[in-house]
Amino acid sequence: MWPLLGLGVLIAGFALRVNPLVVVVAAALASGIGAGLAPLAVIAALGKAFNSNRYVSVPWIILPIIGLLERAGLRERARMLVGDLAAATTGRLLLVYMVFRQLTSAVGLTAIAGHAQTVRPLLAPMAEAAAERADPQISRAGRQRVRAMAAATDNIGMFFGEDIFLAVASILLIKGFLESQGIIVSPLQLSVWAIPTAVCALVIHGARVLRLDRAKRSKSGSA
Amino acid sequence: MIGLSFIYTVAGLVFAAWSVLTLFDQSQPRRWTSGAFWGLLALSFLAGDRIGDLANGVLVVALVAIGGTGWLGRANPPTTSDAERAASAARRGNTLLLPALIVPTVALVGTLAAPVLGFIEPKQVTLVCLAAGAVIAVVMTAVWLRPPALAPLQEGRRLASQIGWAIILPQLLASLGAVFALAGVGQIVGGIAGNAIPDGARFIAVLVFTLGMAGFTMVMGNAFAAFPVMMAAVGLPVLVHGLGGNPAIVAAIGMLAGFCGTLLTPMAANFNIVPAVLLELDDRNGVIKAQVATALPLLAINTLLIWGLAFR
Repeated sequence: MWPLLGLGVLIAGFALRVNPLVVVVAAALASGIGAGLAPLAVIAALGKAFNSNRYVSVPWIILPIIGLLERAGLRERARMLVGDLAAATTGRLLLVYMVFRQLTSAVGLTAIAGHAQTVRPLLAPMAEAAAERADPQISRAGRQRVRAMAAATDNIGMFFGEDIFLAVASILLIKGFLESQGIIVSPLQLSVWAIPTAVCALVIHGARVLRLDRAKRSKSGSA
Repeated sequence: MIGLSFIYTVAGLVFAAWSVLTLFDQSQPRRWTSGAFWGLLALSFLAGDRIGDLANGVLVVALVAIGGTGWLGRANPPTTSDAERAASAARRGNTLLLPALIVPTVALVGTLAAPVLGFIEPKQVTLVCLAAGAVIAVVMTAVWLRPPALAPLQEGRRLASQIGWAIILPQLLASLGAVFALAGVGQIVGGIAGNAIPDGARFIAVLVFTLGMAGFTMVMGNAFAAFPVMMAAVGLPVLVHGLGGNPAIVAAIGMLAGFCGTLLTPMAANFNIVPAVLLELDDRNGVIKAQVATALPLLAINTLLIWGLAFR
């Protein structure tokens, strides 16, 4: 049971709002030492894993181009674009983006959008500009909710689109795991079962983003 | 073959440039420790394979010591003013949106063309295309807009320092998963979940499986880490072998139940914490809160889908 100490450290650390980096290293030490490893061995294991997981941090090299375009007014342009399209409400924008993200992910193009590539420079400013048009007196908290919803829409669109693609990592992981247990399935047999959940995700989240518009209209109607 | 070593070199050089620019920036708060942070990250990317596990571990501890204690300062290199940005946006019109499409286009074309080209390592096509797209986009945009020569690196450094310590959190969490695996955390959790099911209770068994997938994903920050554990503990022995469930359905929808957990946890930093920082939200958990009302109904639906479809 001692290796579970790490889970306790994680939960306590997040609950107490300690810096997550510190929490993670403490959790690694707690679990490793709980499993009978020497502290230095845990540090070495963490270092080895950090080194082999470097690919996780590679997408940050997108930051120079995003920054360069923001310097030239990309976010302002995205906002103006919404100003030209009267039909573009916050909800409709997010719904269109959700469909786009699900469809492109379903054919394997998860890398063409993301929080740094599309949400910060394009989607969030557009959604926020549309929200301002609908409600010029929108509060700071209201703006933040719209932005958070933009990020949420990107996540949900990708998560519940990508598994329809045959060669995505999670499908290959499932196939490999079942194979190791003597169960042979084809990727297609797995990926078709991602479709019902994908449809439900679109319906549920789509309804939620459209409700952003209704909430605003009823508020401005009563005011 | 162009593969990971090429990409790591490109990324390492970018981090190294941020380190040098930070050290030379008189206005940079916490200049020396901030410069050291980017320098250590550059060292990891450029030489991580040659310095050994323990040195890598010490490097991680040093990064955490700087990032976790507020010694990584926010950079404010010279840039355009809000008014200049608005004027540029008005003057350049929607063509300004085009360079933002270079990276996706290179990703799309590269993914389709990689098997024909043959010099890109097949497993790394996505990352290679991303790196190539980022470089191509910077070059083309710089030729078009003619910003100061250092502007791409400086603007990148501004954004990176705005993300701050969270920039290494996703990679660090992935590493924690490896340490947990080494310590056998998964087997213990799986054993507890497996013991929680009464014999023959199909719906409860499905529920334990999907809740276990979501819950363990929340702890690990990654459904991939939870999947083998919950499948080995509950999915295969109880649902498939015990109750005769269809393994493809149990596994495929079980993974999606895990994805619902990903939407609910700060441990999935890439998806939940990084965007909160990028979008300058006051509440670090703002994105998670926006996702709860989608994730919970979907988790219920995934449970019902396995229950209703896997045992026909």
